[in-house]
Amino acid sequence: MPETIIPAGYFPIILFFVIALFFGLVTLFFGSLIRPNRPSVEKLSPYECGNPPFMDSRSRVFIRYYLVAVLFVLFDLEAVFLYPWAVVYHKIGMYGLVEMLLFIVILLVGYAYAWRKGALEWD
Amino acid sequence: MTAQVLDMVKFLWAHSVLQIVIVFACTLMMVPILTWVERKVIGHMQVRLGPMRVGPHGILQGIADGVKLLLKENIVPSGADKRIFVLAPILSLVPAMIAFSVIPFDHWFYITDINIAVLYVLAISSVGTYGIILAGWSSNSKYALLGALRSAAQVISYELAIGLSLVGPLMMAGTLSMVGITKAQAEHWFLLPQIVGFFIYFVAMLAETNRSPFDLPEAETELVAGFHVEYSGMRFAFFFIAEYANMVLVSSMATVMFLGGWNPPFQMFEVMHVLQKVPGIFWFFGKVAFLLFCFLWVRATFPRFRYDQLMRLGWKVLIPMALGNILVTGIVLALLK
Repeated sequence: MPETIIPAGYFPIILFFVIALFFGLVTLFFGSLIRPNRPSVEKLSPYECGNPPFMDSRSRVFIRYYLVAVLFVLFDLEAVFLYPWAVVYHKIGMYGLVEMLLFIVILLVGYAYAWRKGALEWD
Repeated sequence: MTAQVLDMVKFLWAHSVLQIVIVFACTLMMVPILTWVERKVIGHMQVRLGPMRVGPHGILQGIADGVKLLLKENIVPSGADKRIFVLAPILSLVPAMIAFSVIPFDHWFYITDINIAVLYVLAISSVGTYGIILAGWSSNSKYALLGALRSAAQVISYELAIGLSLVGPLMMAGTLSMVGITKAQAEHWFLLPQIVGFFIYFVAMLAETNRSPFDLPEAETELVAGFHVEYSGMRFAFFFIAEYANMVLVSSMATVMFLGGWNPPFQMFEVMHVLQKVPGIFWFFGKVAFLLFCFLWVRATFPRFRYDQLMRLGWKVLIPMALGNILVTGIVLALLK
């Protein structure tokens, strides 16, 4: 394994990935050999509690879901910045704390704005 | 001959192949056992017997279910996006499995120790969300789509709480390596100093795995089964395995981050060093088993949340609480130094 392409510690992860993927595909393939396959129109129609399905299922969805996704990206980035800071925190001490506080306060302004505008409500 | 076999075993162990196979097989075997335990525990909590027919006290129930699912017809509903529909269960199963590659079960038993292990687990478990949302989208079913959207929104909301609650232990350990974090807890677990963080993590881990009382994505009274309503047979089984593997995974994470991993309890007292005679792997799995029991305990105790309550808890309670916890931890650590 050339060290420059994949660091040694990551090789077992790739191996695990290949094994897990292999297991998934082989199980599905093996299942396809022994399971029955008798489709009919009723069986293949989408499940709607016994009623004949109506309208297209992929209709428009509630806008709040997009809003949650956008807010998630923002705050997840914040969390990603917090991780390296947390790891070296014992070296940087009070100085690091004040620096991080400034960063979080800026984010909290955005958080308060989202809260005030009702982006965190769900009605 | 035996020397050759021994060499082979040593070679496989050194290249982590053996560990991977053991972890993979154990996780797969855990699923039928866990389903049986779940039905049994919930049954007894509701003064019922639970499964009793298959094997003594129904212990083979999970295996019977597995064989049944393998032999069931795989239905692809008309109007479904077939390629994505087939891909989604695998996309759900594989991340749930490979996230285990950095969990240290004992000081001699972990697949690999990378220096960004915690980030790796968070990143990989996020990929599982794709499996859910693709399954819901490709099914061409209203219930599946609604379940998938709910599930995705819930998982990403609570992932923030999980991510922020883990910052406290990281500040105390000063490393992202799981082995390093466990070693930092040799004397004192992070449970007591990070009790707020543990509480946030515990609530968020129930929501992250879509378990009761946050099981809205598969609220059977309104959404039938949620995102996997159109799945049958082995593909359904993959979602099922992924869900239980994720339960074990978040419990393992809690064990490593807060409950000292493989370390026995009360190591600050000289007398309790006798507990080190018990292998670490027993301590590790004892803690994981206790957390898994808590999953079932919570399920039997609390009613389901409403969706707006769920979102409010995640965004307006847990996230500010986690930020406050980081601030307090930072001040205390800086003052102690």
